Amino acid sequence: MHYISSIGRYFIMIKNTFRKMTKRKVLWNLIFQEVNDLVIKSMGIIIFISFFIGAVVTIQTALNLTNPLIPRELIGFAARQSIILEFAPTFVSVIMAGKVGSFITSSIGTMRVTEQIDALEVMGINSLNYLVFPKIIAMLFYPFAIAIAMFVGIGGAYLAGVYGGFLESGQFIQGLMDDFIPFHIFYAFFKTFIFAFLLATIPAYHGYYMQGGALEVGKASTTSFVWTSVVIIIANYIITQLLLS
Amino acid sequence: MIKVENLHKSFGETKVLKGINTSFEKGKTNLIIGQSGSGKTVFLKNLIGLFEPEQGNIFFEELQYGKLNNSERIELRKKMGMVFQGGALFDSMTVEENVMFPLKMFTKKTTTEMLHRVHEVLERVNLNEANHKYPAEISGGMQKRVSIARAIVNYPKFLFCDEPNSGLDPRTATVIDNLIQEITKENNITTVINTHDMNSVFEIGEKIVYLQDGLLAWEGTKEEIHHTNNKELSDFVYSSNLFRKVRQAYQKGL
Repeated sequence: MHYISSIGRYFIMIKNTFRKMTKRKVLWNLIFQEVNDLVIKSMGIIIFISFFIGAVVTIQTALNLTNPLIPRELIGFAARQSIILEFAPTFVSVIMAGKVGSFITSSIGTMRVTEQIDALEVMGINSLNYLVFPKIIAMLFYPFAIAIAMFVGIGGAYLAGVYGGFLESGQFIQGLMDDFIPFHIFYAFFKTFIFAFLLATIPAYHGYYMQGGALEVGKASTTSFVWTSVVIIIANYIITQLLLS
Repeated sequence: MIKVENLHKSFGETKVLKGINTSFEKGKTNLIIGQSGSGKTVFLKNLIGLFEPEQGNIFFEELQYGKLNNSERIELRKKMGMVFQGGALFDSMTVEENVMFPLKMFTKKTTTEMLHRVHEVLERVNLNEANHKYPAEISGGMQKRVSIARAIVNYPKFLFCDEPNSGLDPRTATVIDNLIQEITKENNITTVINTHDMNSVFEIGEKIVYLQDGLLAWEGTKEEIHHTNNKELSDFVYSSNLFRKVRQAYQKGL
């Protein structure tokens, strides 16, 4: 029962986020601030993770392809498929549920505890629109970060594969181009947009409706990470089932 | 003026406000007092619109809050200023930006005009040396003054203060009390203060509303408190030796 009411309240929150818009000039500044906080400041960790995940995927694929009848190009092909279809959009999003999600929950939760949200409401401002809407819009830039993650991941795969002595440069590039299906790019970015929306709204929900003090802000951040990850994984399964099978 | 008629509010099975009737006059500092759990905060949150009354009416001058639509409520809220217990200043903004916030949101003033007004109110609350500091970098008393400045910057008609003295030393608390009273007189606004600081009651209480168990148990002026027969109010107000001696001195005409 508790879960059902929470889901209902989440959708009501989404609806209310788009009501009573904040003054446009103020909103623009908030959106730029959020793009910086949520996307640009996450680029370091995204690049770091993507590079090494790409490298590890290549090494593991290479080490498992021991049959001499299997062409070495398959390593490049497998790296491309894993990075574009899963590692960049899904794996990075789960990491972002920890980084961006905790940031959103704790910042909104602290505003709740210190009555800053009440202050906004008393002034006649729709606090949901003021706080959550700019985060949703800022996260529209998240797919750009994932695109960079894809490039860096493939770069990491190339370096690990070629300089690790598993295959030659030409073989890797040939593997990258083999059986390329453009729809896979659409699929990857479609689910990235969905994850971006979840990354902005689920942590915001946990921060906005939290009750208590500083300790509860910490607990809300943890709960938010768990639920954002769970919903991303479930959404990933549903989208994959609908678009790829 | 704010008029409250038969105000009820419950949370689940718990009835917090059980039918309050009172009024708060314009140009006066009206105080709500009562023990912890008496319903003061819930009452104040009903007045400022953070809680929806379950039953009863609240009139802000001629406007009946319950009959206003959303946009009319927003317009009314723009005429309210609120000083929260902890200040509720926005952490990410400087003192100047905090005070400018209501002007930015609701007026079409240029930045120069806004800054002029911000400096005017900061000067009024005797705080012009901390404009570019963040809330975390200033003292609790200064935060309260910034909060007052933010509450009055857009010329409110109604000013609400939730325990404005909590956490302050007695001297700073008196400064804040006097500041709120002076601002009330200067701007002829209706001020409602939620407090359990007896110094405030005797310092600035022009009308005092005493709540007990969600009911209005007594209302009157600070002078009338000295002569009240209401035992609970006497026990509450004169719980300390100091105030009992004040009462004795007052009754002896000293």
